[in-house]
Amino acid sequence: MSDLIDDPRLGENAPEFTVSEISGAVKRTLEAEFGRIRVKGEVGRVVQARSGHMYFDVKDERNALACTTWKGQVSKLSVLPQEGMEVVVSGKMTSFGGQSKYNLNVDDVAVAGVGALMAMLEKRKTALAAEGLFDPARKQALPFLPDVIGVVTSPTGAVIRDILHRLRDRFPRKVLVWPVAVQGANCAAEVARAITGFNAMTPGGALPRPDLLIVARGGGSIEDLWGFNEEIVARAAAASEIPLISAVGHETDTTLIDFVSDMRAPTPSAAAELAVPVRLDLLAETRAKGARAAQGLANIMARRKQRLADVSRALPRPDSLTQTAQQRLDHWEGRLPLALRSLVQKQQLRLTTSAGQIKPSALGRIVVQEARQLQALGQRLPAGLDRAALSARQMLRVCASRLRPAPLAERVARLRKDLDDLETRLEQTFERQLQRRREQLVACDRLRETLGYRETLRRGYAVVRSGQALITNVAKAEAAKSLEIEFADGRFTVGQSAAARPVGRAKPTPPEQGQLF
Amino acid sequence: MADAQIAQMSFETAMAELEQVVTQLERGDVALDDSITLYERGAALKAHCEAKLKSAEEKVAAITLNGDGQPAGVAPLDAG
Repeated sequence: MSDLIDDPRLGENAPEFTVSEISGAVKRTLEAEFGRIRVKGEVGRVVQARSGHMYFDVKDERNALACTTWKGQVSKLSVLPQEGMEVVVSGKMTSFGGQSKYNLNVDDVAVAGVGALMAMLEKRKTALAAEGLFDPARKQALPFLPDVIGVVTSPTGAVIRDILHRLRDRFPRKVLVWPVAVQGANCAAEVARAITGFNAMTPGGALPRPDLLIVARGGGSIEDLWGFNEEIVARAAAASEIPLISAVGHETDTTLIDFVSDMRAPTPSAAAELAVPVRLDLLAETRAKGARAAQGLANIMARRKQRLADVSRALPRPDSLTQTAQQRLDHWEGRLPLALRSLVQKQQLRLTTSAGQIKPSALGRIVVQEARQLQALGQRLPAGLDRAALSARQMLRVCASRLRPAPLAERVARLRKDLDDLETRLEQTFERQLQRRREQLVACDRLRETLGYRETLRRGYAVVRSGQALITNVAKAEAAKSLEIEFADGRFTVGQSAAARPVGRAKPTPPEQGQLF
Repeated sequence: MADAQIAQMSFETAMAELEQVVTQLERGDVALDDSITLYERGAALKAHCEAKLKSAEEKVAAITLNGDGQPAGVAPLDAG
């Protein structure tokens, strides 16, 4: 290698190159000399440019090799280089004159060594598990009986044959095979595209969209199966809306797709078994169910029939149901006219009775009765009167008989006698009284005569008066026109004599008056 | 109407309903009229299931891909 580079420096008198000339010469030399080579090393810094090109280094302990993968080549890489990854890169050596750099145009990256592969796989698994792609909740149920099965596998070889045989044995179905490379650089990309492609089909379209996918591959080395460990395959399987069975390698081989598939089959044949049930079993089961349904119905019918028969037996004869009622009806029916007749008769009787009572004759009878009663009373009236009169008369007679003059006369006589007695007593009493009074009068008069001024006059005293007034002193006597002097035997007037006469005439009066007292 | 519904059924759904019908009939506690209706439905379901099972035909085709790796059509596949 170093010989080739040293070569141009050997000649002292070599012609001059322009930079572009030497650049072109180096490029041509590099490309011609090395051609397509494989380089093993550890991936250094990886840069994915916005343009889609990828730049990375592959290095060992001392040197580094610049690697370039163009945009179009990146998608075809089976393994995307990651920093720290032990890889074997394949490509052509070339140079980039603009920066005086040489590099390897990598069109394939392979993981170097089983240990490195497994380490990378673990890293991927961890990453995908962290995303939740292995979550059991994501697993879709397989259809019980898919109509169309999409198989992603190689169109040739034992795998597809096994699957088809097994399907045919169990339940022949429509099968769409999407041919893919099951190993090598194109494997992962083709498998991923097949899964996505099946999902992109529209149900009922020109190509029938499968309702179940089988991704299958026969056994092989880990490198052979590596395509199914690629992330793009795992992501395509995880994104599949169609339930997916993975059957890659033998039972002991586990690839990344097995973790994301909805069901993992240990072998392609097992995948076919998981995909469809056994038709004859189903047929037998269906028929058995049909028979059971028929038997069930027959049992129902038989039971109902039996029940009907039982119940029918228990059912009394219809006429027996009505007999009692009929009998009662007959009984009452017989009694009905009689009852009616009897009622009418009874009412008629009441009516007749009532009507009879309100006949004029009945009224007449009342009148007659009343008249008779009146008459009777009338007849009794005079008699009663007579009796009353008689009774009164008798009473009168009794009273009259008791009214006799004798008692009256007796009483008159008695009263007269009493009167006479009283009269006698009166006369006697009066006489006595009179006598007593007379005696009293005499005594009194005697006393009066004794005590009176006239006696005094007899003894020589006189009474002087002027008119009626007594004159008891000289003054009065001087004042008086005339004086009348009374003496025991009469009066004497001094002065006016004329006046003495009337007084004298009055002389007999006082005894008369005195007598009266 | 009901038959049209059955015709749309997947084998699995029809089978599940048939199972239900059979169970109900075997329990025997359905009304007589209902039991007949049930039985008829069960018979239709069974027929549908049988048809599904009999219609099992194998048809295998491989997808042909165009230059971009997109499906272009189908070709018979003879996998031997």
